[in-house]
Amino acid sequence: MLLSITNAGPNPTDIGFLLHKNPANLHSAELAFGHAHVFYSTPHENSCTAHLLLDINSVELVRGAQQLDDYVNDRPYVASSYFAVAIGRVFGTALAGNCQRRPDLIAAPLKLTIVIEVIRARGGADLLQRLFAPLGYTVDAAPIPLDPVFPEWGDSRYFRVTLAATATVHDALSHLYVLLPVLDDEKHYYIADDEVEKLLRHGEGWLASHPERQLIVKRYLKRRPSLVEIATARLLEECPQPLDAEEPPAAATEKELERPLTLHTQRLSMVATRMRELNVKSVIDLGCGEGRLLRRLLADRSFDRILGMDVSHRALEIAARKLKLDRMPQRQRARLELFQGSLLYRDTRLNGADAAALVEVIEHLDPPRLSAAERVVFKFARPRYVLVTTPNREYNVLFPTLPPGNMRHGDHRFEWTRAEFQSWAQATAQRYGYTVTTEPVGPLDETHGAPSQLAVFALDNQVAA
Amino acid sequence: MRVIEIPELALVALVGASGSGKSTFAKQHFRPTEILSSDSFRGLVADDEGDQTATADAFDALYYLLEKRLARGLLTVIDATNVQPEDRARIVATARKFHCLPVAMVVNTPAELCIERNKLRPERQFGAHVVHRQITALRRGLRGLEREGFRNVQFIDPVEEFEIRRVPLWNNRKQETGPFDIIGDLHGCADELRLLLTRLGWNAAPLDGQSALWGQETWHHPEGRKAIFVGDLVDRGPNTLDCLRIVHNMIATGTALCVPGNHDVKLMRWLRGAKVQIKHGLEQSIAEIEPLDKAQRAELACFLASLVSHYVLDGGALVVSHAGLREEMHGRGSGAVREFCLYGETTGETDEFGLPVRFNWAAEYRGRACVVYGHTPVPAPQWLNNTVNIDTGAVFGGSLTALRYPERDFVSVPAAREYAIPARPLRPQALDSRSSQQQLDDVLDLADVTGKRFIETRLHHSVTIREENSIAALEVMSRFATDPHWLIYLPPTMSPSETAKQPDYLEYPTEAFQYFRANGVETVVCEEKHMGSRAIVIVARDEAAAGLRFGVADGRGGVCYTRTGRPFFADPREEAAFVDRVRSALTAAKFWEEFNSSWFCLDCELMPWSAKARELIERQYAAVGAAGSAALMASFAAIRNSPAAAGLLPARERHLETMQKYRAAYRRYCWPVNSLGDYRLAPFHLLASEGLVHTNRTNLWHMQTLHRLAATDPGFLIATPFHEVNVNDESQVAAATSWWERLTDGGGEGMVVKPMNWIESGPKGLVQPALKCRGREYLRIIYGPSYTEELSTLRKRAVNAKRSLAAREFALGVESLERFVAGQPLRRVHECVFGVLALESEPIDPRL
Repeated sequence: MLLSITNAGPNPTDIGFLLHKNPANLHSAELAFGHAHVFYSTPHENSCTAHLLLDINSVELVRGAQQLDDYVNDRPYVASSYFAVAIGRVFGTALAGNCQRRPDLIAAPLKLTIVIEVIRARGGADLLQRLFAPLGYTVDAAPIPLDPVFPEWGDSRYFRVTLAATATVHDALSHLYVLLPVLDDEKHYYIADDEVEKLLRHGEGWLASHPERQLIVKRYLKRRPSLVEIATARLLEECPQPLDAEEPPAAATEKELERPLTLHTQRLSMVATRMRELNVKSVIDLGCGEGRLLRRLLADRSFDRILGMDVSHRALEIAARKLKLDRMPQRQRARLELFQGSLLYRDTRLNGADAAALVEVIEHLDPPRLSAAERVVFKFARPRYVLVTTPNREYNVLFPTLPPGNMRHGDHRFEWTRAEFQSWAQATAQRYGYTVTTEPVGPLDETHGAPSQLAVFALDNQVAA
Repeated sequence: MRVIEIPELALVALVGASGSGKSTFAKQHFRPTEILSSDSFRGLVADDEGDQTATADAFDALYYLLEKRLARGLLTVIDATNVQPEDRARIVATARKFHCLPVAMVVNTPAELCIERNKLRPERQFGAHVVHRQITALRRGLRGLEREGFRNVQFIDPVEEFEIRRVPLWNNRKQETGPFDIIGDLHGCADELRLLLTRLGWNAAPLDGQSALWGQETWHHPEGRKAIFVGDLVDRGPNTLDCLRIVHNMIATGTALCVPGNHDVKLMRWLRGAKVQIKHGLEQSIAEIEPLDKAQRAELACFLASLVSHYVLDGGALVVSHAGLREEMHGRGSGAVREFCLYGETTGETDEFGLPVRFNWAAEYRGRACVVYGHTPVPAPQWLNNTVNIDTGAVFGGSLTALRYPERDFVSVPAAREYAIPARPLRPQALDSRSSQQQLDDVLDLADVTGKRFIETRLHHSVTIREENSIAALEVMSRFATDPHWLIYLPPTMSPSETAKQPDYLEYPTEAFQYFRANGVETVVCEEKHMGSRAIVIVARDEAAAGLRFGVADGRGGVCYTRTGRPFFADPREEAAFVDRVRSALTAAKFWEEFNSSWFCLDCELMPWSAKARELIERQYAAVGAAGSAALMASFAAIRNSPAAAGLLPARERHLETMQKYRAAYRRYCWPVNSLGDYRLAPFHLLASEGLVHTNRTNLWHMQTLHRLAATDPGFLIATPFHEVNVNDESQVAAATSWWERLTDGGGEGMVVKPMNWIESGPKGLVQPALKCRGREYLRIIYGPSYTEELSTLRKRAVNAKRSLAAREFALGVESLERFVAGQPLRRVHECVFGVLALESEPIDPRL
């Protein structure tokens, strides 16, 4: 809520002309979400500090405009998109690069120090550095502790940031206008198409060559892919020789063919391959998520009935959208069915498929409830084949970014070693009359095995159902 | 006037040519909703009743509705020509599918008259030849109607005056409400029957008359109870004839009912000369019957033939049949129903003893009616989904069992000896110590929780759960909740008191007291509201007791879960240690003995708040405090250094002060938890123990009882401070108000005001079981650090939606406990718990 700009150049009060605000007065403006005030500290001989103070009424934002959903909110206190809007309003002239009374000052770099009192930097001090250093600032980011009474809670996500550079006021304001919302990464307004224009206008002269251009564009446009593509394409026109020559144009990023296959892709293709080899006609993907396995199975005409079940209704909506269910040709559409269900409840809709897949699902179940899932699948649904994959915990040490002892996903309730998985698979197979084989998935390490593991259960025909 | 009798549940096919007067006749004698007319369906699907191209679609729609009606047990009339045998065949097949009786009503009007009438109808200009053809087809088919399956054929002359009388089915004894003694398979065990009747309080009362066949023996109950025999009176045992005599005479004197068993029917067929295999004990019956003469044998057969397949009694709440009965067959009449009643449902396979493998219809049974049956001997009767098999194999040396209804207790007498050797040994089936119901409940059915649901509760009639809410609940329940076997209760949400009229306050005790006063509640209990996390704690005396009562095999002796059913402790050892500590307190307070229970369910608050909400505190509460303090302090300093901005200073000072108060507010509820000893548990409801849901106790009792518990472990358990207040006594109200002020000024969250009675009804139905009244400082955590500056805006709060939600959740919560304590199937308990979770996903202002 507070930003200070200090000019320590030869004529410190010049900044008053540039900001279009007389240092002797308090300047207040009413905004849709509160008030903005500009005032100056008592001037020193060799420096002059202008402050931009923003008063946001969060009660109004919750009850009136409904932009916020919680009264207990950091928005009034941090530099965010609200702040960028305020800069646009009160420093609009300077931001546009105008100065009627002293046009001679416009292009003159000043010795500026900018203090952003509180910013929630998503990406931390490192990102602050990466965003501002290439623009010529020296960056000092001091983390703010969560609560001095509870030192064990450590630092908050907020920083007090000091930026120092010799720059024109116009440039500095443009940088702040674009980068504050990018750091905060939570825009309060709907991102319309004209947001591209705004970005290009305020990014003119520096954004195209900024090494973090991709990140800035993506976050500024709130990850709306189409806008990101438009903006990136236009930036590239502006700067025909991109500094980062290896960065492929955004339109091509979907083509992942050349890249090494991700682990999940390998897992899915392995499951799909095994399904094909088993010569089954109908398949149920238990825990289908956003439908990546379903897409592979759909591509193979030998599967004439494909069911996707997930406990998350939202995931199913995404799956329906990604699979373009509403535009799918009737023949193909008839092969596929999506429904919400749960592995912990017996459900006749799970019956009748030749094979069931549980790809990276069981580790999301609390161990005491695993037995219920086993019964639902192996005892009641009882498909001829069941394919189960789960991470191999032994491999975790080979992930450089994974702290020791941590699991790969916040929602994993357990991760098994190869031996644990095999003994579970054997016991389960025996209990429900299946035979089972297990195999590694992904690149094999001599000591730690593969990152993931697959068990293929086959109904033992000798045992009556 | 002629009277035509038809069964109350019939599928009536009108048969007659176009223009014969069928529709007019139907309108005179049946309700408009009972008549499905092909003409009007043609109109519905094609906007033209005469459009013959729409016939197929019209009948599709007609049959769709017909099936819905028959499934609901409603008499239906099909108003179509039905002159072709294939049309009628579809009607008969549909009637059979729903086990109701097809009736044909033939309207045989002369062709000339039909043609005359059709001429007057613009939509029926299809020429005379059509009518002639229809009448020819009709006449050709008349003789075959009975063979087609119409046992009841009526010829109607539309000009004649007559009355249609609807006759109840023989199995309909809904008006008989008991009490009943329902008695299992006799198989000739007359001595055991006499013993059992005596034990049940029946007296032998010899008949006056003398009948060589039936003798004089009959029984009578001084309290007017009625016996119902589940059939299989005969075969295998020593005294088949005596059994038949007793049952016959009791029926004749109106003290008993009896449904037939498969053995009874087989004996009847033998008596009537059918070729039946003389085995499975029929030989014993035959030996006894040998001396009887032909007339007596005929009379015996006649008696057996008179037995009705099953009975629906007590307003539909009780069904008795020999081999059980699916819900859709209750009160219906068809060959399939009779077959099921006699033989049950088999899979077509045989087991290792050569006996047919039975399909366990009871496992799928979801009906309201309690079904009592026999047929297959079991070691002991066990309830399963509101059905019970009371054949305890008397003839095989087991026992003869009666179910007392509506008391629902079992009375058994052991067999004097083993009269026959069972093909399959009569012994406890499995080593599983859990009941049949618990074994069946091992895994719940999705169909019992999803979709739009209506849950019947004792307190609040039917509670509706909308489909989108159950969708949300399914995910939460599956991903995060503790094992449903333990999840017998979820607490309801709680409404605050109305917004205070007192300046400077958003909530104040006056409004809470006023609410109860207005609802006719005189005495309330004010309890200090603890600021932690709501915790439901279930503790069994030991793991074995937990296994028995909760049907679990997870080795746990208790659980602690949050208000959304999540396990409180991620680490099972920690949970076990926590449960153990509560268990020790229960032991020290001698609660196990006092309540004669092996388990308790406690409603509690678990402190500190930071133990469970740490992530939330760090992400939101402490974060806002850190950002806010830093920003406010910096701007305060900047303004102080700027003469021009001096006007901004006062507001900054106020905000800085409220920010400090805000930080102080949440800090009170945080302290580090390094071991079990750092937790504090404040139990405030002793919800349930074996056989009892303690909702009939007052809130005062709950407080006092739990104070006794807390006294045994004061370092861990908190005895919640409380005050009993008469809301009509100004001095008591004033005292409680100042107590609340002291409490909240000192940083307390506030208080909860509850009616003296746990469950209280007022003029507008269920009174809120509790209202919270939160302190001024505490509310900073809810409404923001400087909410006190914005009170005029915040005063607009609508508490009604929250209260309606609280009432529904409360009703469901009590219902789930009552169902659990009554030993109902887990799905019935889970349905309510799932319902509470689903309701919690309704959009309600989270700050209330």
